[in-house]
Amino acid sequence: MSNDILRQDAATPIVIVGHVDHGKSTLIGRLLHDTDNLPEGRVAQIIESSRKRGLKVEWSFLLDSLQIERDQGVTVDSTRIPFLLGNRQFVIVDAPGHRQFLRNMITGAADAEAAVLVVDAAEGAQEQTRRHAMLLRLIGIRHVIVLMNKVDLLDYDEQKIAASEQSVAELLKQLEIEPSLFIPASAREGDNIASRSPQMAWYKGPTLTEALALVPSPAGRADLPLRLPVQDVYRFDSKRVVAGRIERGRITVGDTLVIGTHGTTARVASIESWHTAPQISAVAGQSVAITLEPDVIPDRGDLLHRPEEAPIRTARIRSRLFWLRQEPLRVGESFRLRLATAEHQVTIASIDSVVRLDDLTEHASDHVPPEGFAEITLAASESILFDAFTPGTTDGRGVLVDRHQRIVGGAPLIGPADIASGTKAIHPTDSTVSLWDRAQARGHRGGVFWMTGLPGAGKSTIARAAESRLFGQKIDVSVLDGDTLRAGLCADLGFSEADRTENVRRAAAVARILAETGQVVLVALISPRAADRELARQVVGEGFHEIFVDADQATCEARDPKGLYQAARAGRITGFTGIDAPYDTPASPDLHLPTGTGSVGEVADRLAAYVADSVVLAEGTRRRS
Amino acid sequence: MDDLDQLEAQSIYILREAYRKLKPLAMLWSLGKDSNVMVWLARKAFLGRVPFPVMHVDTGKKFPEMYRFRDEYTRKWELELLLGDCPPVEEIDPTLPPAARSAARKTAGLATMIEKYKLEGVIAGIRRDEQATRAKERVFSPRGSSHKWDVRNQPPEFWDQYATPHEEGVHIRVHPLLSWREIDIWRYIEREGIPLVDLYFSRNGKRYRSLGDQDITSPIESDAATVAEVIAELQTTRTSERAGRAMDHESEDAFERLRVAGYL
Repeated sequence: MSNDILRQDAATPIVIVGHVDHGKSTLIGRLLHDTDNLPEGRVAQIIESSRKRGLKVEWSFLLDSLQIERDQGVTVDSTRIPFLLGNRQFVIVDAPGHRQFLRNMITGAADAEAAVLVVDAAEGAQEQTRRHAMLLRLIGIRHVIVLMNKVDLLDYDEQKIAASEQSVAELLKQLEIEPSLFIPASAREGDNIASRSPQMAWYKGPTLTEALALVPSPAGRADLPLRLPVQDVYRFDSKRVVAGRIERGRITVGDTLVIGTHGTTARVASIESWHTAPQISAVAGQSVAITLEPDVIPDRGDLLHRPEEAPIRTARIRSRLFWLRQEPLRVGESFRLRLATAEHQVTIASIDSVVRLDDLTEHASDHVPPEGFAEITLAASESILFDAFTPGTTDGRGVLVDRHQRIVGGAPLIGPADIASGTKAIHPTDSTVSLWDRAQARGHRGGVFWMTGLPGAGKSTIARAAESRLFGQKIDVSVLDGDTLRAGLCADLGFSEADRTENVRRAAAVARILAETGQVVLVALISPRAADRELARQVVGEGFHEIFVDADQATCEARDPKGLYQAARAGRITGFTGIDAPYDTPASPDLHLPTGTGSVGEVADRLAAYVADSVVLAEGTRRRS
Repeated sequence: MDDLDQLEAQSIYILREAYRKLKPLAMLWSLGKDSNVMVWLARKAFLGRVPFPVMHVDTGKKFPEMYRFRDEYTRKWELELLLGDCPPVEEIDPTLPPAARSAARKTAGLATMIEKYKLEGVIAGIRRDEQATRAKERVFSPRGSSHKWDVRNQPPEFWDQYATPHEEGVHIRVHPLLSWREIDIWRYIEREGIPLVDLYFSRNGKRYRSLGDQDITSPIESDAATVAEVIAELQTTRTSERAGRAMDHESEDAFERLRVAGYL
């Protein structure tokens, strides 16, 4: 076995984009065939498929390998095709041209190193040409080759082709994309794909395969400042290891690292691995497992970096956005921003501009349409550590996910946002005592346990019983009870839907403040609407737990500890949850506590155990005194 | 880092994401070369152990060598092995061509195991280059309650952010080998010294390139008797890997129909 078989460079991903029917699939079929990259069976398959449909050989059938695609005549999803040119490996990403499939295209194109933009030379740039070019800019693809296809339809005429090129060049200039090259070609006829066209002696530039061979290999990220986002923390045998992939830079045993949100520092004690030579250093791209000294426990999402090379830290971020949801995006909506392995609660603070795809100009708008492009400002509930996205790096770009964990947008981050004049300039001050410091001192983290349920389900009773159990375990705990809140903080509120929402918001805001000082807060509040509980989850952010205190209405009514059901039945009070106001049963609570059977003590034990399990730090993480 | 290092790092990242996000989680171990590589990668990711069970959905028609291999390496690699049966062929959709119908038994057996163990994640060793339909897959591929693959409505997946919808009746198929090619698998086997069933190596001028049920898998003509010789052979071959799998060739859409219904 020679070494050159075992050692190869990683494949260079190339995405092929362009308007529907401008010839992407044909180009790929032709490229694979002319460069001898097709397995034996495939050519026969194409010929057979084409023959069955009464067509001459259709190179695009190679890709349209799914029945549904052939029936519709469009490629529905991106495909990755390995492709060898000399000794160099490429992966061709075929992205669909049909406009409703942006999410499939981004799935394929997001990691590409170079792009081939296919434009029908006779037809010129079309709507999706602009859309795809815009996307290439947003995801930061550095090398763009423009393939002017179907030049046979322009009789291979130099002047006509040059005029067509000119209009595409102007379009790209608007997007600040500088194409590496324009290639006049015909994919169907094979002109200037893998071999020089005899029809265009006037063209002296490279063929497509020659141009691909010139694309630089993905640049190393090893020389940038270290960024190691924590993916997970394992405890195997007696060792605790921190797992993650190095996104930038390198680590070496002995390095001192800052642990993202904790702000504490630790030294890399070892790099752990199985069935590899012992390592003392590792570089960007590697998935590593390290041990730290002292043995602090980072959380998933913590960014490890060197003290003198801190990333940007802010709670307001400007970002580019491509929007993938079928409904428009509006200011005020909240999402999780996933950034490498971190997840942050964010709200759309403003939509700063939206790109109009007819002419690629930027406009003010109050919404981002489906499949639209925009610049937005995100406001987070806590400071976020990040780097601005630059082409060639793998971090600094996030995705927005909705509460069903569905990805709804891509967000290459630009930098910290200035507060625009006229906006509410609120600058919450960060405490110099970190959450981690507090947690270490107490031996537990803060948290909010939101207990929802019908009146009479037992929320307050169980909360109080659990409170005394937790207090007995030296956990700093308090109860926010609906009646107590309404007697004081919320005395101005009634029971209209708007007032109920405000009641929930205030309770959540107070709970959050307490939790941030390290307290465990049990909130006992009917909070009948799922939307209000979602609001509470967003206000609280990290450490929110929804607890469903569940007893059926008949049981609650039979208990009726405050005589309220009786009053509601008699019509003395209206808008009473369960009688003449709805209760949205939690679909997937973090803890489900049936109270119809079992004693108060048993249910409180369960709640206390769940709370303790969620907040108490593992042995060995408390501050050594 | 060379290309194998990069593939390995990416697979480890995917396995660690799956372990973090999906519980309970299990890995399909078909005893073939790809799934052995996958078990190996899990041991790399979790420092010598596989912290979730491996599952063998047994059609009862595998080669005896495969069963012996399973028992030996379950022990040696300290795997927690879950075994599942497949229903008889008479219970399978009779409109499928015969070999596909036989292969579909495995889909049914897998569905039973997913329900039995209430699995939220199932790690499977499919690769994009094996078959055109598999080229369309996501790394995290959500499956609805009937385990169907909705190829036209797949979630976006980019920048290593994977969809993890926690919905009633939805499980996620995780595909850590999606970007690997057949030759990468073999080069990695060579580099790491990963053990394989010896059916992959030439005996009397024939060897198996892909292993399935005895009655619907055929060997190829080959003299490659070592991993190095297999690699050398693959560098010149032009036939496709699954050429010996009968169910792929019965009709134009047989394999796609299998996959939409939940086949791997």
